[in-house]
Amino acid sequence: MRTEHIGKPISRVDGRAKVTGAAKYAAEYNVPGLVYGVVVSSAIAKGRITRIDVAEALRLPGVLQVFTHENSPLLAQSDNSYSDEVAPPGSPFRPLHDGEIRYSAQPVALVVADTFELAHYAASLVRIGYERDAHATNLNEERERAYQPRPREFIPPPESRGNAEKAFAEAIVRLEEEYSAPIEHHNPMEPFATTVLREENGRLLVYDKTQGVQNVQNYLCNVFGYSKGDLRVLSPFVGGAFGAGLRPVYQVFLAVLAARELKRSVRVSLMRQQMFTFTHRPAIWQRVALGAAPDGTLEAITHKAIAETSQFEDYSETVVNWSGLLYRCDNVELSHTVVKLDLHTPGDMRAPGAVWGLHALECAMDELAFKVGIDPIELRLKNYAERDQNEGKPFSSKELRACYRLGAEKFGWARRNPQPRSMREGNVLIGWGMAGGVWEAFHITADAKATLTADGRLTVSSATADIGTGTYTIMTQIAAEMLGLPIEDVTFKLGDSSLSKSPVEGGSFTASTVGSAVKAVCEKIRKKLFQLARKIDGSPLANTKLDNVRFVDGQIRSHNDSSRAVSLIEAMRHGGLSAIEEKASAGPTPEQMQYSRFAHSAVFTEVRIDEDLGTIRVMRVVGAVAAGRILNPKTARSQVLGAIVMGIGTALEEESVIDHTFGRIMTHNLADYHVPVNADVHDIEVIFVQEQDEAVNPLGAKGLGEIGIVGVAAAIANAVFHATGKRIRDLPITLDKLL
Amino acid sequence: MNSFSYTRADDVATALREVAADGAAKFIAGGTNLIDLMKENVERPSRLIDITRLTLGGIRPRSDGGLRLGALATNTDVAYHKEIERRYPLLSKAILAGASPQLRNMATVGGNLLQRTRCCYFYDTATPCNKRTPGVGCSAIAGFNRAHAILGTSAACIASHPSDMCVALAALEAVVRVTGSVGERVVPFAAFHRLPGDTPNIDTNLQADEIITGVDLPARGFAEHHAYLKIRDRASYAFALVSVAAALEMDGNTITEARLALGGVAHKPWRDPQTETMLHGQSATRENFKRVAEALLRDAKGFGRNRFKIELAKLAIVRALSQASFKEAHS
Amino acid sequence: MNSKPKADAATKATVSLPTKNGITLKVNGAVKQIEIAPWTTLLDALREHLGLTGTKKGCDHGQCGACTVLVNGKRITSCLTLAIMHDGAEVTTIEGLAEGEVLHPLQKAFVEHDAFQCGYCTPGQICSAVGLLREGKAKSPEDIRELMSGNICRCGAYANIVAAIEQVSRMGERGDEE
Ligand SMILES: Cc1cc2nc3c(=O)[nH]c(=O)nc-3n(C[C@H](O)[C@H](O)[C@H](O)COP(=O)(O)OP(=O)(O)OC[C@H]3O[C@@H](n4cnc5c(N)ncnc54)[C@H](O)[C@@H]3O)c2cc1C
Ligand code: SF4
Ligand code: FES
Ligand code: FES
Repeated sequence: MRTEHIGKPISRVDGRAKVTGAAKYAAEYNVPGLVYGVVVSSAIAKGRITRIDVAEALRLPGVLQVFTHENSPLLAQSDNSYSDEVAPPGSPFRPLHDGEIRYSAQPVALVVADTFELAHYAASLVRIGYERDAHATNLNEERERAYQPRPREFIPPPESRGNAEKAFAEAIVRLEEEYSAPIEHHNPMEPFATTVLREENGRLLVYDKTQGVQNVQNYLCNVFGYSKGDLRVLSPFVGGAFGAGLRPVYQVFLAVLAARELKRSVRVSLMRQQMFTFTHRPAIWQRVALGAAPDGTLEAITHKAIAETSQFEDYSETVVNWSGLLYRCDNVELSHTVVKLDLHTPGDMRAPGAVWGLHALECAMDELAFKVGIDPIELRLKNYAERDQNEGKPFSSKELRACYRLGAEKFGWARRNPQPRSMREGNVLIGWGMAGGVWEAFHITADAKATLTADGRLTVSSATADIGTGTYTIMTQIAAEMLGLPIEDVTFKLGDSSLSKSPVEGGSFTASTVGSAVKAVCEKIRKKLFQLARKIDGSPLANTKLDNVRFVDGQIRSHNDSSRAVSLIEAMRHGGLSAIEEKASAGPTPEQMQYSRFAHSAVFTEVRIDEDLGTIRVMRVVGAVAAGRILNPKTARSQVLGAIVMGIGTALEEESVIDHTFGRIMTHNLADYHVPVNADVHDIEVIFVQEQDEAVNPLGAKGLGEIGIVGVAAAIANAVFHATGKRIRDLPITLDKLL
Repeated sequence: MNSFSYTRADDVATALREVAADGAAKFIAGGTNLIDLMKENVERPSRLIDITRLTLGGIRPRSDGGLRLGALATNTDVAYHKEIERRYPLLSKAILAGASPQLRNMATVGGNLLQRTRCCYFYDTATPCNKRTPGVGCSAIAGFNRAHAILGTSAACIASHPSDMCVALAALEAVVRVTGSVGERVVPFAAFHRLPGDTPNIDTNLQADEIITGVDLPARGFAEHHAYLKIRDRASYAFALVSVAAALEMDGNTITEARLALGGVAHKPWRDPQTETMLHGQSATRENFKRVAEALLRDAKGFGRNRFKIELAKLAIVRALSQASFKEAHS
Repeated sequence: MNSKPKADAATKATVSLPTKNGITLKVNGAVKQIEIAPWTTLLDALREHLGLTGTKKGCDHGQCGACTVLVNGKRITSCLTLAIMHDGAEVTTIEGLAEGEVLHPLQKAFVEHDAFQCGYCTPGQICSAVGLLREGKAKSPEDIRELMSGNICRCGAYANIVAAIEQVSRMGERGDEE
C-alpha cells in the first residue's frame, strides 16, 4: 500500500471519467420531458425595446413560451438580491428586468420549446423594435471620463508613497511609455449552460456551469425566493471557466425562471456567440514612468491605468499595485481608474489585473534595462524587493531570485547578445525576452466534511469546484495522506451546494483554502481514530501521544517503533463504530496575516519572426515558478503549461474587436477570436523552484491557477523587441504591427 | 436554423429537377459552410437537396493528360491523392493549409468553390450587409475590415473570398464543369467567381438551377516550381489574411511562364495574367519579383484596418515567387 | 405571468415544421433507429437523442473540434452535418473506444500524460487522434501539432496531448480498434 501522496505526480482521479465521456457537464443531464430554452440577444448597444412581437414564434407547435421583460414575473426588487459573492459595487444586471438595453447582445428574450432546434428557429422569429440611444464603447475616446471606482472587497486600492513626480523629474534616466490592450474573453471550451431538473414536489436540481455552486444557490434563492432546501445547485464537472463562472451567468437565471413558470425541466445553453455577452477581461490603457540612476537603481515608479467598466457596476482589479510591490523603490505613484462604457461589466479572468499590470511594468523594465545597458535580470536583481513596501510586511517566502536563476540556466540566457536583431537564421529573426510574474497566495475560510466508514473508506467533501485545476485529485491526495489511505479508498466530492461551505473556486486560492479545511477535518478524524486505537485492550499505542504516531498504510503507527500499530479498520471495529463523521472549518490565522503572501515566477521566451512577413512563432518558453509546496507536480505542471499557452494568446492573438459604430463585439466566435491552437505551441518547460513556506498557510502551497500566465505577454513582447528592434506596446502583437 | 424539407437525390437529373422546382432550395454537400450559415440565419433554404450520394466523387485522369476532380471529392481526398501530390503539389498544399483535418474530411470540391465570405457583418444579422440584404449598406467599409479585400472592391461590398483551394485552382487555370437544365457547360476558373460590383449578393456565375459536377485540371501542374504561402493570425486553423499561389515554368534561372493567384485580398481568387507576363523571360531575382508585386497591387485600396494587406501582399508575392523559383519547392 | 396565448387550430395548421424521418445509425457497433427531423445535426442527435453526451458542443460552428467523431472511420466535426445525411453510417464516439473496462491506448495515454484539464475538449481530441493515427500522415511532433490543430484546448494542454499521441503512435497503434 502506498499512502504518501502529497507531492507525488498522481494522475487525475477524474481522468477516467474525462477520457471515456462519462464526465457529465451542465448541459448533459437528460430527462424525459426536458424542454429547451434559446436566448435572444439584443441587436443594439443602448436604448430600449419599443416593441417585442412573439406571436409568430408562439404559433409554432411545440413552442411553449417566450419570456421577455413584458411577461417576466415579479421577482426580488433590491440590487442586493441580485448581488453575489464576487459582484463588484453597483447594480447587477437583471435579465429580462425591463426594456432598457444596456449593452449589445444583452439577453432580451428566452424562447422555450420542446426541442433545441425548434427553440432556435422560433428565436429567429421574435421581432423586436428598438429605440436607439447614443452609445460609447471606445475606451480610448472616453479616457477623460475616468473616475475612481468604488473599491471591491479583497482588491486593495493602490497606495502611493514618497514623491514619484519629483523623483522622476530629478532622475538621470527616465522612461515613460504607454501600453494598451483590448478586451479578452475567457472562452472556456464548454459554453455556459444550465439544466434545471424539476422534481415532482417542485424542488429544483440546478445543474449549472459555475465556479461556485453556493454562490449561485444564494443568488437564485434571493432572486426567486426559493429556500435552500428547495433549490440545489450542482456542478460536478466544469468545462473550463478561467473566471467566467465566478458570478452567476444569465442563463442560470433564465433556466430557473422558465422551470419555475412552466413547471418543467429546462435546459438553457448559450451559443458560442453569446459567450461574448457577459464577463470579459477589460480593455485597458496604461502609462508607466520609471526614473532611475544610471546603474538602473529605481528612484521613481509611476503606474497609471485606465480600464473600462459597465454603466451599472464598478469593476476594478489589481493592475498597478504590483508596481509598488515587485521592486524596491521609495517613490511610487499608482492610480487605477475606470470609464463607464456601454458594455457588460468586465470580470476576473485568469490573473485579473496582473496580466495587464505586469505586461506594462515588465515591458517598461525591459526598456529601462536596454536604456541603461544592463541585462534585464540584473536590473531586476538590483531592484529586488526584500519586503513588501506596499504593506510594510515581510514576505512569507519569495524565491524569485531562484526563478530568475534557474529559468535563465534552463533557457541558456547567458548566451544572449543584448543587441536587438543580433540573432537570425536567414529570413528569420530570433529574439529572447524575459519577464517576472507575481500573484497573490490568497487563503480564505472554507469548511469540509469527512466520513470514514468501517471498511476503511473515506469520503471528504466541500462545495468547491474543479474547473480543470485538479481539485478532485489534490483534495483526494491530501485526505488520503492525512489518514494513510490509498488513493482508491478516498473519494472527494465537490460541486454540490448541499456540501460544506466553500467560497467560489478562483484566485488560485482553492488548493490552500479547501486544502486547509480538508486537512483540518482529517486531523479531527485522526484524533478520533487515535482515541479509539488507544482504548483497545492492550493497545500497542496505549502509551503513545497523537504527536508520536503516523498514519500510513491504513495503520496508526508509532513513530519510534513501527511494529506498534493499529489499523484504522481495527480501531473502528473495537470502537463499535460504523462511521466517523467530522466537520471542520479552516481559515487564515492572525500569524499568517503578518506576512505578505505571493507566488512568483520568471518567464523566458524565444520568438522567431519572419523578417518580411512579420509572422511570429513562440518556439521556446521556460516558466520558473515559486509557489510554495507543489502538491501534485503532474497537475501543477499542466496548470502552468496551460497558463503559458493562454499567455501566448494574450501576447499575439486574442482580441475582442468592437465595432464602435454599433457598439458591438464583432469577433464573437472562435474563428475570429483567435486562441492558440496546437500548432502555435512548441517547447514549453516548467520549473518549480523549491520554496519552503511554513507561514503562508497550513499546507505551505500557494496555488498555481494564475501565476503561470503573469509575465508571459511581457516576456514575448520583450522577445519581439529583441528580435526586431521594435517595441509593440499595444496587444496583441499581430503581424501588421510589425510590418 | 429555419424549417426546411430534405430530399436525397440519387442522380444529377433528379437533383436538377428538385432545385428547379423550388427557388429557395439548395444543394448540400459537406455542409460545412451551408449549415454554419443556416445556424446564423444567414441562409434560409426552404429545401435541402442532399447530393452526397451522387456519383460525383473520385479523381480521374483525362484524355488531355489532366485530371478531373469530382465535385464531391472531399478536400482530403484531393489533397492526399497520389497523383495530386505528385503532379499538382500546389493544390495539395493549398488545401492542407485550409480549415482542419475534420473539416477537410467533409468539405467537397464543389462546396469549397461556393463557400461564402467570412465577413463578420455578413455573418451577424444584427448588422447591415449588402451581400445579405442588397441595398441596406456595407458595415465593413468603415468598420472592422481586417480580413477584407483590397482589390476589385466596390462601394457596395469589400468582402474577400476565403478559400485556399480556389487560389491554387486559379493559378492552375482549372475549369469548372457545371450541368443545368439546358445541359453541361464549362466555366474557366477566372470566370467562375465574380467581383461584387453593385450585386454583392451574387458570388459566382453559377446559375441557381445548375450543379457543379467537377473541376478539370489541365495537364500542367507546375510540380517543379510552385509555392503556396498562407499568412494568417495563428499557425493553423485560421483563414488567410493574404495567400499566394505561385507557379513557375523555368529554364535554368529564366522564368518562361509565371502564374500568380492571391487569396484573401479580393472577392475572388485574384489573378492578373497580363501582369504575370512581366516575368516571362526574366531571371528569378528579388528585384523582378518586387516589380511584379508592385504592379499586381498598383490598384489596391485599403479601408483602414486592412490597409496593411497591400504591403503584406507584396512581400508575400516576393516570398512565394522566391520559394517557387527554387527547384525543391518549399512552402 | 402571462400564459401562452391559445393559438387557434387554423393558424397552427398553416405552420409547417419539418417532418421526422426514421434513420438508422450504427453507433459504437450498435444499430440505433431514431426518428429525426432534418434540422437535427449529427452532434445533437448523439447528445440529445441517443444520450451520448461524451461528444461535446464547444461552438456548434466547426470552429473548435470538440464535436469530433468518426463517421465511417473518418474524423469529422459532427456539428456541421445533419444526422439525416448519415442514414446507414457507422459512427464511433468517445463512448465506443474502450473495450469494456480496458481503455483505448489513446485514452490511457491521455490520462498518463495529463493531456487535459477541464476535459471538455478531450473526447474530441481523442477521437481526432484516433482519426489522425489511422490517416498515417503525421510523421513528427510538428505534424501532430498541425494535424491536431482542428481541436482547440482552451486549457492549453497541447504539449501533453502531443506527448500522449506520440507515445501511442510509437507503440505502433493504428488506433483502429473499436
Ligand atoms: C471553422 C472553419 C474554418 C475554415 N477554414 C478554411 C480555410 O482556412 N480555408 C478554406 O479554403 N476553407 C476553410 N473553410 C471552409 C471550408 O473549406 C468550406 O466550408 C468547404 O469547403 C465547403 O464545402 P462543403 O462541401 O462543406 O460545402 P456545403 O456547405 O455543403 O455547400 C456550400 C455551398 O455550395 C453549394 N454546393 C455544394 N456543392 C455543390 C455542387 N456540387 N453544385 C452546386 N452547388 C453546390 C451548396 O448549396 C452551398 O450553397 C473553413 C470552414 C470552417 C467552418
Ligand atoms: S463587405 Fe460585403 S459582406 Fe461584408 S458587410 Fe460589406 S456588403 Fe456585407
Ligand atoms: S462544436 Fe463542432 S467544431 Fe465546435
Ligand atoms: S482540457 Fe479544457 S479545453 Fe482542453
